[in-house]
Amino acid sequence: MKIFTNAASVAAIMAFAAGPVFAQDSTDVIKIPIHNWSSQIVGAHIVGKLLEKGGAKVEYVSSDSQVVYTAMCEGDVSLENEVWEGAFGVAFEKVVKEGCVIDAATHDAKTREEWWYPSYVGEMCPGLPAWEALNACADKFSTAETAPKGRFLGGPVDWLKHDAERVEALGMNFEVVNAGSAAALWAELASAVERKEPIVLFNWTPNFVEALYEGKFVEFPAYDPKCKDDPSWGTNKELTYDCGNPKDGYLKIAAWKEFPNKWPKAYAILQKVNFSNMDVAVQAKLVDIDNMEPEQAADKWLADNQGRWQGWLTGTN
Amino acid sequence: MSATTLIASEQHQDKPSTPLTKSLIVLLPFLFLLLAASMLPDWAVQVPKNWTVPFVDWANVLVEHLRDDTVFGLFSFRDLTRGAAELITWPLAIVEGLLVAGFPAIGLPAMPWLMIMGLAGLLGWHLRDWRLALLSAGCVAYMAIFGKWELSMITLSVVLVAAPIAGLIGFGIGILAVKRPWFESLVVPLLNVLQSLPHFSYLIPIAVFIGVGHKAGAIATVIFAIPPMARLTILGLKGVAEEVREAGKMAGCTRFQTLWMVEIPSARQSLLVGVNQVIMQCLAMVVIASFVGARGLGHDLLFRLQALKIGQALENGVAIVLMAITLDQLSRAAAYKQPSHVAPDASWLQRFPFLAAAALVVLGSLLLTAITPYAQNWPSQFTLSTAPFWDALVRWVTVTLYGPLQVLRNAMLLYVLIPIRDLFQGIPWTAIAALVAAAGWALGGLRLALTVLGFVLFIAFAGYWERSLITAYMVTVAVLICVIIGLPIGIWASRSERRTGIAKLLCDTFQTFPSFIYLIPVIMLFKVGDVAAISAIIIYALIPIVRYTIFGLRNVPAEIVEAGITSGCTRRQLLWNIRMPLAFPEIMLGINQTIMFALFMVIIAAFIGTKDIGQEIFRALTFNDAGKGLVLGLCVAFMGLTADQLITAWATSRKRRLGLA
Repeated sequence: MKIFTNAASVAAIMAFAAGPVFAQDSTDVIKIPIHNWSSQIVGAHIVGKLLEKGGAKVEYVSSDSQVVYTAMCEGDVSLENEVWEGAFGVAFEKVVKEGCVIDAATHDAKTREEWWYPSYVGEMCPGLPAWEALNACADKFSTAETAPKGRFLGGPVDWLKHDAERVEALGMNFEVVNAGSAAALWAELASAVERKEPIVLFNWTPNFVEALYEGKFVEFPAYDPKCKDDPSWGTNKELTYDCGNPKDGYLKIAAWKEFPNKWPKAYAILQKVNFSNMDVAVQAKLVDIDNMEPEQAADKWLADNQGRWQGWLTGTN
Repeated sequence: MSATTLIASEQHQDKPSTPLTKSLIVLLPFLFLLLAASMLPDWAVQVPKNWTVPFVDWANVLVEHLRDDTVFGLFSFRDLTRGAAELITWPLAIVEGLLVAGFPAIGLPAMPWLMIMGLAGLLGWHLRDWRLALLSAGCVAYMAIFGKWELSMITLSVVLVAAPIAGLIGFGIGILAVKRPWFESLVVPLLNVLQSLPHFSYLIPIAVFIGVGHKAGAIATVIFAIPPMARLTILGLKGVAEEVREAGKMAGCTRFQTLWMVEIPSARQSLLVGVNQVIMQCLAMVVIASFVGARGLGHDLLFRLQALKIGQALENGVAIVLMAITLDQLSRAAAYKQPSHVAPDASWLQRFPFLAAAALVVLGSLLLTAITPYAQNWPSQFTLSTAPFWDALVRWVTVTLYGPLQVLRNAMLLYVLIPIRDLFQGIPWTAIAALVAAAGWALGGLRLALTVLGFVLFIAFAGYWERSLITAYMVTVAVLICVIIGLPIGIWASRSERRTGIAKLLCDTFQTFPSFIYLIPVIMLFKVGDVAAISAIIIYALIPIVRYTIFGLRNVPAEIVEAGITSGCTRRQLLWNIRMPLAFPEIMLGINQTIMFALFMVIIAAFIGTKDIGQEIFRALTFNDAGKGLVLGLCVAFMGLTADQLITAWATSRKRRLGLA
């Protein structure tokens, strides 16, 4: 699988120097992973279709969104079109450091992950979205096991969100309960909304949930890089994490380290691919709300955004 | 560990023949250490951090060695496994091409759905009767009409490829084990561990050594399906009567002929049950295999669940169950069908009536396909969906049942779960080790004592003792509740043939229903937390206890029951004084299986949100830590094996005493 003739590598290096005109792509199939959330699947098909237009052969492989980084390291998967800083930053940065995966491009889309509540909760606690207001009505969120404290439903522990540290640093009257998966978060949210029960939980944007339920992020003291290392920063002088999450997390495209050598033309296209928050939201909506199949949704998005992706293909952005 | 407490108490009540002193000896060290916990030195209560044996590092070194170093001079172990895995792509492509994808390279379309339906019906008829024919044809039609065609045929092609491969490998292992005692003593413990290792700990090694993608999913399925076949092969071949073997020898069979023409045909039933188990295991893997890239119903199900489309996910689940029930019935029918013989002068048609009918179906469906495209693919505008119904049902349940269930939830949590959890966490680890070792000694002597003690010590020194305790607590509570609910259901269902039938059907359905689906409604009703996790475990782990109770009660020798009736027993006396004691060893084996099921589900319950080993396994997945995943998996497997070894030892000796074995 990893056998290259010298000539091919030379060609690849030349290609880098001289631009995509002289490049010769390998005829091997480019493997694009498919995970279990809609925007990623649609995005994967869009990327795949664009690479096909550029002459590549692609294949879609379904895989777990965590296992995929091991797979990309081994070259079993060639790229990943949605690397979320919050959820996959750790796994991604680990394989980049090992040198087997490269950071190919960064989308314009900014990701934000924060405590979130559906809009009817806003009426129950006057002063929201300020975190102080949330804290003042913590008892409305309490359950048998957290009473008298409020219950915050956090994301899976391995997403490393430091919610418990924040609760302590800000002296909040909340207890963090960690869900085991994104699906668990949505199940509880759906159930609570059905009964108009107060709930505050971990959520992020862009995300299909925005299209299903209205709601807002809680506003914490603004993030600062110093906040997570320097205890003296912020309102709490003894503890770190007395601030919210960054409002502009990255959404990246990752590629197997051999990708640029093997498929220089395809790589040039891949580096141009760039989705905004709106793109990701629309891609998710086409599937989740309009009930399209992911492949149809990709075709629809491509048809609606012809002007943009043609620029990505020709390299005249 | 949960099981040992169970056993210990069972000994009190049900073994008056055992001297009380023996059970006291088992319990005394435990009670002593438990009560003296506050006076014990710290190292005897909590496993000291610096006592941790770096199993994880060793496992990682091993994985890296296998991945990077050339062991056979020319290539690494990883190249070898990957090369071997590549072989499966061929049969997969052929079967998938036939069923759904077609062969675009040579311009051949896939089989029309009408043809597959007809052939499936014929197969059912051939193997049993028109009812099975109806079931299999109906199953195929369901996939087409409810729009699951492509997904289900992809899943079916994985099963059709993986099951024979797993069956053959298991069969080979089984034969080798029967013929070579050293191999048996090597492979049986390995099979035990493999069968109780949580599936998720395999995933990273599979990603490393095989890769991800559809073929890796198929390989994962093969790996999971091998153990039952190997086990049943061993069981079947060992069960061949000595007289039969002798007869073969007298007829002058060579060793190979003895195996091939005498032993294997006599063990046919047991081998075919093995095949049946392999198929069921393959279907149970549909969802988990999609984590490493298997396409089909499983992947789609996870995707729908993630998008909160519960109705559509349930529909996929129903499709999997239907496929499982049909394949189960077909393979069972094949197991019970005896070879038939036709007169030698019969015509071709008389000899092969079903082959002729199959040819007719093929021709007919091809003809129809030429007339209308609807015979090739079910038209998508006529696709039905039950999803809105399921969604409405789930909504109704969450709104109406939520209130009353909250009272139950809070009571459970405050008065049962939290106290028990605190109790578990307060038990010194030395006390648990002492209890398990003493129980092993009492039930099976020194050898068993050392084995189970070894398991406990591994868990203790692997560095995840506290997490293991939480797992043990959840499993214990769930198993206790399962017994409380499951025994009466089993007793009720064993009363008549009809009830048994209903209970069996329900058990089959719940067992093949992808367990991931239970998670969502359970969260909606009980919120993320221990109650939700334990409820999910109960739903799944209830199955074996009900099954084995029914089996045990119905298999009590009729003479003994007759004897009871003639001596004037009331129904109550018949149940409690005759049938229950005689069925009890079987019921204990059911509890054993319940523990195994609970351990399987407790790992899946990490998707809800727990603080136990399952959660650590997922964390290992996040950090691509194959070694940690494996070691944690071994912790879970050893928990299960501890219970398994103890209960099996008890049940065997008990059966012998009752004259049942």
